Amino acid sequence: MTRVVVVGAGPAGMAAACRASENGAQVTVLDDNPAVGGQIWRGGSSAIWFQRLRKSGAEFLGGSQVVMADARAKTLLVERAEGFRSLPWDKLIVATGSRELFLPFPGWTLPGVMGAGGMQALVKSGLVVKRKTVVVAGSGPLLLAVASYLKSRGARVAAIVEQAPLKRLVGFGTRLLASPGKLVQAAQLQLSLAGVPYRTDCWVEAAEGEGQVRRVLVHGAKPIDCDYLAVGYGLTPNTELASVLGCEVSCDGVRVDRRQQTSVADVYCAGESTGIGGVDLSLVEGEIAGLAAAGRPTEGLTAKRRAARLFAQALADAFALRPELRKLCRPETLVCRCEDVPYQKLAAHSGWREAKLLTRCGMGPCQGRVCGAAAEFLFGWGHTGVRPPVLPARVGSLVVEEETQS
Amino acid sequence: MLSIFLNGRLVQVPDGISVAAALLGAGVTAFRHSISGEPRAALCGMGICFECRVTIDGRAQQKSCQVTCCEGMKVDTA
Repeated sequence: MTRVVVVGAGPAGMAAACRASENGAQVTVLDDNPAVGGQIWRGGSSAIWFQRLRKSGAEFLGGSQVVMADARAKTLLVERAEGFRSLPWDKLIVATGSRELFLPFPGWTLPGVMGAGGMQALVKSGLVVKRKTVVVAGSGPLLLAVASYLKSRGARVAAIVEQAPLKRLVGFGTRLLASPGKLVQAAQLQLSLAGVPYRTDCWVEAAEGEGQVRRVLVHGAKPIDCDYLAVGYGLTPNTELASVLGCEVSCDGVRVDRRQQTSVADVYCAGESTGIGGVDLSLVEGEIAGLAAAGRPTEGLTAKRRAARLFAQALADAFALRPELRKLCRPETLVCRCEDVPYQKLAAHSGWREAKLLTRCGMGPCQGRVCGAAAEFLFGWGHTGVRPPVLPARVGSLVVEEETQS
Repeated sequence: MLSIFLNGRLVQVPDGISVAAALLGAGVTAFRHSISGEPRAALCGMGICFECRVTIDGRAQQKSCQVTCCEGMKVDTA
């Protein structure tokens, strides 16, 4: 029986696991979160896929961090609360999703400044925001979803600050007409956000406060007082695991073929780690990867994937980031939050590697997951991914791995 | 409800809450201090940025946004 391991239990990973398991493979799904659903379905909001996964017979290992991966030996080293575990596979499906893109600005390291999706995740995990004033800022449709969610939990959303110009958003709105399901979602969001100012062509220039954010300075408008600033500039793919496996990765994400196969044999990739495209694209890519890993034909889903990709492209065009966002840092503004490296120290260098070697930028515990993508946007540097271990690991796990290999 | 110890202080928190959410709910603004001494708290909420690191039951460098509170847990900020 083919052993399929799926890394990531968001929409792509769940769809992949369902399809592979339903087609006779022995499937294990891993996630660092305790439950399935990924970031978007945190707390459970797609009963259909949750049920389908349960019925499929796939095994789920929550709270699992992949720290090493070897494409030749076909094993993963996984760290869990009870210790480490080596996991063999015949086919591997990487569905590591995406993370928020954070761009530095003065005051962005203040407590109370969070990601937009980050704040939503924290509220879903129990943070009470009733009667708190929140500014939601950055770019993308996620801002509307987050603002609407925060409002439903009793927060006062002082403003939604969107960097994209209104005329491009109107253009995108017209594209929405082509997909009625999404139009209904958009209308529902608009209704739930009645009374919340939506400022387009506008962006956060600084956050201020003593030890905690208290007010937000936005371009061309009066400062806004707040308890929290939830700010994110869209999403960026998580490609670290794929690059450690040796898969070809571009700045848009992991390269895959028609069957979601990466440049490495028996390693597939699906969902936002192949490029930002939203939940519908993630699901169909996951289904294709799961079928392919189980050795089944995938042609039946090609048209569905093409339609989802068109929508993703329209989204990317509408919310493309404006050049002014490259000019927000002051010389002393920190870009690397792990190693506290300021903008002026980075600007003196010609590339990511040189900057890393001479400033320690990207060398802290997050391994450049935050500042690497920011530096790519600010300076046009390609960042080179991470080296194993993929995440900081307990020394004990690595020692045991060494012993089992020798 | 559960009882946890936040920097030695007994705090009641709802079942299922993450350590990060519990800290913010208890009015903690600085989860840790950066290498240059700045106060920091949760940023990404999904285990990527490592800003929300705290000590949990004596184990340092735990990502508080990825850990669910349990009865008697000891959480220490730095």
